[in-house]
Amino acid sequence: MNWLITENRQRINLKDIEIAEIDEIRKEATKINKRPIGFFGLRLDSGIRLFIILADDEEGKLYVTSSIFNKEDREYESFTQYMEKYHIFEREFYEEFKIEPKNHPWLKPLREHREEYNFFEMQGDEIHQVAVGPIHAGVIEPGHFRFMCNGEKIYNLEIQLGWQNRGIEELFKKKHSNQLAESICGDSVIAHNLAYSNLIETLSDRKISNKSQIIRLIALEMERSAIHIGDLGAIAGDIGYLMGASVFGAIRTLVINTMLEISGSRFGRGLIVTGGVNFDIDKEMGEKINTVLDKVSKDVERTMKTMLEAPTVISRLEKTGTVSEENAEKLGLVGMAARASGINIDTRFDFKDKWYKDIENKTTKFDGDVYSRTRLRYKEIKQSIYIIKKFIKLLQNYEKEDLIEDNEKKLIPESMAISITEGWRGEVVHIAITDKNGEIIRYKIKDPSFNNWYALAMAVRNNGISDFPLCNKSFNLSYCGNDL
Amino acid sequence: MLKTLKLRIYQGKQYIKDIKNAPMREQFRGYPIINGERIDEAICPLGAIKNGPISIDMGKCTFCGVCERKSEAVKFSNFYKLATTDRKKLIITKDSGSEEFYKTAIEVKKDIKRILGKSLKLRQVSAGGCNGCEMELNACSNVNFDMGRFGIDFVASPRHADGIVITGSITENMADALEDCYKSTPDPKIVILTGACAISGGIFEDSTKINREFMEKHRIDLYIPGCPIHPLTFINAILDFLDIKS
Repeated sequence: MNWLITENRQRINLKDIEIAEIDEIRKEATKINKRPIGFFGLRLDSGIRLFIILADDEEGKLYVTSSIFNKEDREYESFTQYMEKYHIFEREFYEEFKIEPKNHPWLKPLREHREEYNFFEMQGDEIHQVAVGPIHAGVIEPGHFRFMCNGEKIYNLEIQLGWQNRGIEELFKKKHSNQLAESICGDSVIAHNLAYSNLIETLSDRKISNKSQIIRLIALEMERSAIHIGDLGAIAGDIGYLMGASVFGAIRTLVINTMLEISGSRFGRGLIVTGGVNFDIDKEMGEKINTVLDKVSKDVERTMKTMLEAPTVISRLEKTGTVSEENAEKLGLVGMAARASGINIDTRFDFKDKWYKDIENKTTKFDGDVYSRTRLRYKEIKQSIYIIKKFIKLLQNYEKEDLIEDNEKKLIPESMAISITEGWRGEVVHIAITDKNGEIIRYKIKDPSFNNWYALAMAVRNNGISDFPLCNKSFNLSYCGNDL
Repeated sequence: MLKTLKLRIYQGKQYIKDIKNAPMREQFRGYPIINGERIDEAICPLGAIKNGPISIDMGKCTFCGVCERKSEAVKFSNFYKLATTDRKKLIITKDSGSEEFYKTAIEVKKDIKRILGKSLKLRQVSAGGCNGCEMELNACSNVNFDMGRFGIDFVASPRHADGIVITGSITENMADALEDCYKSTPDPKIVILTGACAISGGIFEDSTKINREFMEKHRIDLYIPGCPIHPLTFINAILDFLDIKS
């Protein structure tokens, strides 16, 4: 078999994608051992076509292939038994198409489980269960957590999601829009809308101005820094360091209020549109952003230093909720969670991007505990501010360009495109397939939370149950991004 | 310790003193002003705009601003007090200016004021939204907005609550949990819908995965529009609903 090798944001003809035997693909995939970013089915008249997309982070390439299941094919040998990182993808595929991956060690429902769900249980006189959710104590999205504990110690955590399932991929087929993309996951408005817009522009061969490309990335980095600052506050709050919680909360307000001044929404809704952006960052606004960021940068640094000098803070963060590099690699973690465990993948830099190629990306080795994730967030806030300032300067070269190219075009028929954007959690992947009339017949979304929820389950093992909220906040994963 | 205190002094006080008259940045898209006779209904991705005469349903609107850019007939003002106790009032027509809307939008009930006016504890249920409204509700309690000063708080259990705040379109998967939460909240209780998804299903209205039976079964006391709601919209809605003069 041959893989079709392509790149981020490149249109491919559907007929160029090979149809291979599933066993053969599994053997090849095991041999090259790349990271899956897409594993989804498309309903045909005669059965189901499974698409498999792998990412090569070193080369910045994407590997695509497919296989067909006829109506009578009800099972295949699972990939997961050889490569754990496929586990969640195969569960999703099974749930949607009922084709069973044989010998999958954990073939549980992913989003549909209202009828019956068997939790993993431990036996023993001293073992007790703690059930939390779907409605949580704070103002948080719904999810169910089942802890198996001995006293205060967590042996196992099982996370049952799907409560937020809004059938969003089907809605994209009915009527796709920037507004829908913005509502996939409200804390990653820019990341998802950017992935969507890039995808639609790729599929309709639309070029957008340099100016609007840069404005989009400024917004992406602002979103990253705002959420990281807010989450540092949440981490501080969960260890009872209330000064941090208050101060980081106030600093975050500065960033999102600047976003409001740019786009009329604190989360940047309405900023990005297919074809460009709706709002300009002119010289005056650029200066304003710079001034705000100077203050943000100074305040974050001061608060972070003060916080990390307190031994009571360090003792709660260090060696709490560790995900080892080995486990992170096996589970196929992405984005921030992977980097905090020592795997340096970042799609901004790994996949060819004309704006990020000149930006230096200093990598630091982290150890996978809450302390690592805290320091990583701090590092990324500083990096984002640096990038925003650089982009604002760059914007001056394209001052005269248009914000929107108003040449709306139809989608090119019988094509597929893959669009990857590095949101603050990690890679946001959008994939679309068009039919012979140029209508979208399959829309696939992969939020980084889809890969990373398992990291939280691993992190809390052998930790006290009282540290669960802290571990949870250090990842701050998305329920709606997973549930779709 | 000394450093922490220094940081505290450096940060000073950051709360908005007069929340009822807090200024809003002019770029904010709030109350829509209609100024025209006809509009192409199809420009609204939510189907919130209707012709004859032109009306905008703030219960569906995500305030994305597409209509403002594509038509002369609509202009968003930065007026942010958008809440009402009457669902019908969210449908804005040409004749309704923001001041007139605000005057009659919230009907204060004597009993609610008497029972909940000094302390309102709310249980929040997130049911099929995008986490946007949840983030803004959390922001209501931060040092800038500081909703707690009015005795309004989010609590961890429906048993401790005087009412529930719903965000999201209400998914099939969350319908039972929401119903349970409602039943667990002691009477008398209020129900507040927050954001376009909760009020009308919003962008997810056409999904087969949502179940809005709850809305038919129970009385809704307050509608707070936005996508997501702005903290000032939320806090002012509650203050007006309880008739708190700040």
